[in-house]
Amino acid sequence: MSGALLTVDNLRISFPTRQGRAEVVRGVSFTLGRERLGIVGESGSGKSQTGRAILGLTPPPGRAEADTLRFDGRDLRHATAADWRSLRGRRISMVMQDPKFSLNPVMSIGRQLMEAAARTASSRTEARAKALAMLEAVQIRDPERVFHAYPHELSGGMGQRVMIAMMLIPEPDLLIADEPTSALDVTVQIEVLRILDALVKERGMGLIFISHDLRLVSSFCDRVLVMYAGRVVEEVKASDLMQAKHPYTQGLFRCLPRIEGGTRPLPTLQRDAEWAR
Amino acid sequence: MTAVEETEGRNGALPPWVGRLGRLLVTLVITLVGLLFVTFLIGRVVPIDPVLAAVGDRASESTYHKVYLELGLDKPLWEQFLIYVNNVLHGNLGESVLTNRPVLDDIADTFPATLELSTFAILIGTCVGVPLGVWAAVRQGRLVDQIVRVLGLVGYSAPIFWLGLTGLLVFYARLGWVAGPGRIDIAYQYDVERITGMMLVDTLLQGQWDAFWNALSHILLPGTLLGYYSLAYISRMTRSFMLAELGQEYIITARVKGVRESRIIWRHALRNAAVPLVTVIALSYGNLLQGAVLTETVFAWPGLGMYLTNSLGSADMNAVLGATLVIGAVFVALNLLSDVLYTVLDPRVRRRG
Amino acid sequence: MSVMSREWLLTEQPASRRQAHVGQAYRTWLALRGNRLAMVGLGIIVVLILMAVLAPLIAPYDPIQGGDLRTERLLPPSWQHLMGTDDLARDIWSRVAYGSRITLMVVALVAVIATPVGLLVGTISGYFGGVVDTVLMRITDIFLAFPQLVLALAFVAALGPGIENAIIAISITSWPPYARLARAETLTIRNADHIAAIKLQGASSLRIIWGHVVPLCLSSVVIRVTLDMAGIILTAAGLGFLGLGAQPPQPEWGAMIAEGRQFIIDNWWVSTMPGIAIFVVSLGFNFLGDGLRDVMDPKARK
Repeated sequence: MSGALLTVDNLRISFPTRQGRAEVVRGVSFTLGRERLGIVGESGSGKSQTGRAILGLTPPPGRAEADTLRFDGRDLRHATAADWRSLRGRRISMVMQDPKFSLNPVMSIGRQLMEAAARTASSRTEARAKALAMLEAVQIRDPERVFHAYPHELSGGMGQRVMIAMMLIPEPDLLIADEPTSALDVTVQIEVLRILDALVKERGMGLIFISHDLRLVSSFCDRVLVMYAGRVVEEVKASDLMQAKHPYTQGLFRCLPRIEGGTRPLPTLQRDAEWAR
Repeated sequence: MTAVEETEGRNGALPPWVGRLGRLLVTLVITLVGLLFVTFLIGRVVPIDPVLAAVGDRASESTYHKVYLELGLDKPLWEQFLIYVNNVLHGNLGESVLTNRPVLDDIADTFPATLELSTFAILIGTCVGVPLGVWAAVRQGRLVDQIVRVLGLVGYSAPIFWLGLTGLLVFYARLGWVAGPGRIDIAYQYDVERITGMMLVDTLLQGQWDAFWNALSHILLPGTLLGYYSLAYISRMTRSFMLAELGQEYIITARVKGVRESRIIWRHALRNAAVPLVTVIALSYGNLLQGAVLTETVFAWPGLGMYLTNSLGSADMNAVLGATLVIGAVFVALNLLSDVLYTVLDPRVRRRG
Repeated sequence: MSVMSREWLLTEQPASRRQAHVGQAYRTWLALRGNRLAMVGLGIIVVLILMAVLAPLIAPYDPIQGGDLRTERLLPPSWQHLMGTDDLARDIWSRVAYGSRITLMVVALVAVIATPVGLLVGTISGYFGGVVDTVLMRITDIFLAFPQLVLALAFVAALGPGIENAIIAISITSWPPYARLARAETLTIRNADHIAAIKLQGASSLRIIWGHVVPLCLSSVVIRVTLDMAGIILTAAGLGFLGLGAQPPQPEWGAMIAEGRQFIIDNWWVSTMPGIAIFVVSLGFNFLGDGLRDVMDPKARK
């Protein structure tokens, strides 16, 4: 835990619209060590764009600016395409939401895994061995079969495990998981999360876990950022989340159903225009 | 259709693509019968009396009547149609009034020339059009993109026969860069033995280099011109397919993995765009047949298109309908081919059937 | 005219269906106006229409009656003859000007014949589904199985050459894509709630199709027809070039190119001028169509 792995200060992401540039992320700051950071927020709060900006993947014509964007001592604000390429995969990786769309439909799983492995392996045989080993590590029982399969032949849970395997093959220092279980069946979600959790712990990497699910994040992360309308409204330790001070976070908590009864019907989240200021 | 699906259900052991192929074949047969019916109907609405066309107007009443019966014109329409289908299936497309030969023989003679011209053109259209379209998509909104757009619009707008004439005027008559009309100079014409009927191939097979270069010089202008037309279409479609693919999530995945941008474009995006692109290329190959009709006329290219227009000029209906039928059949065959290639290229269709 | 103000047109809360429609059209127009190529295209088409209407005024000579065959044959372009003269000593500019009438007529008639046919076949096919759909779409597919020009050639060959028959042949061969489009649109409309409501009121199928389905498909089919107009012009010119369209001495542009063909080496202007006319006009339709597609389908623009 020596020093920060990632430092973000005053990150702003904007997209041009007919009425000038619209900022979707407005001054987000945080630091991250080799720990698990959760980012929670509703859709449109800018949490996914924050994750992508760290990888330099803000889709054009969008623009990401920051006062500081430092990863492992490297300033990323003026990184060239080649700089990004050397970082992506090997140092920072990302698991995306839905394997149905995030895997190339006409390329076999094996070839997609090999692509990730090729950059850290010295030969094709080694890359292949790494890929198969990784498939086993995400608890796929028949790695050979999956290796030769195409994405549409896998279930959602399997696909997401493949995705995790692919992103972990080059052993990155930081993994961004952008809603990694939202597209999965509830029963599979926990299984995939457990695998992800174990691998992250085992390898001692940093994790940014982006989700709209407050409970999931609080049980899974060390620290939580709550985002609303492009801003961080609250930053708390996961264990202290019940004592959250910001009305938005408190509101989010009240909207969660509880097994031991509680209020019924669940209250609707009351928003305050003040929060977005 | 239902019959096919039923057998599919019973023979669960068969791989799924068999059912798909079966359905394709049924469609193919129906379409071909439809093609025959259309050409048959066109043949019936001709104001020209088919009997007079066969016997001439000086024939006696009894000869006329005999031929009338021979042609089966007294029979009901559906029976005439069956006779027509039967004839076509036996390769009998009637005789050409113009050449006094069976139409099928004429078509067999002229078709290779058309095939050569349109293949030359589709190669240009694909080999230039696809990279151009990819380039335009990657540099969307920039200069290349605008150039591709204008190239496409000009290609859609210029009458091909006029461009051909102008091209002949400039590059042949004025500049002398290319050879003129026809497939090859008369000097070489009788040295080249007919093997495939395609000049470039035949001269190569016989090692006649002079003749090969001459034939190439002849095909260059009409081939490039036709190629430009398919290029206009192919580059435009490539661009829009590529734009769609480049916006997909799996492209981001590849970027996250640190894959090189060139590999993302050519191996990830284009490989996916190739699936619909195959249909586009097959379609424009078919459309070249139609462009060939006008181009061949301008360049005195002795192919199916020129045969068709020559027969039109002399109201030689057997030849016209024969050529139309063949072109339609080639069109259908190309569609079938693109369907098959689609299956090969897309694993989702391949495995599921 | 005071109601037709900018605010009235651009309001977010239209008070009537008519206002919503007109407002939508106005917004489309505003977007289209920003597209330079589309405006150039529109300009070309306006010029074409003016040329057709004003042909007798802008043509200095008779388009069919030639001048003195001894002194006025095959003259190169000059101030007397802006585009030169042809082998029958006719002024090419005058012929091109009158030829715009033929071109415009072909485009208009084909649109008027093929659009309703395509719409009707497509909506009936989509609305009823089942056997009707299968049969109608099979027929459509068969027509689509021929390259358009080749099928048109065969029809003209059967009907006999001439501009009327060329128009019929082009119409016969251009409706199938419209039918496909109308069918696809109908399939999305067919199960809409308001159609179900009309059905419950006991309206007949024909009434539903004609009164409620066709109007909804109309706009997309009309756009498609606009996009095809350049193609129609080129097909008509191709037929004319092959001697199957308008017959001499009519000043049809395609036929004019064919007439100038034998003089192309020494008297290039005879076939070049009408060629430029065809090119410019179809470029105009293509520019406009391209712009329309951009405006109507923002996905393609992106």
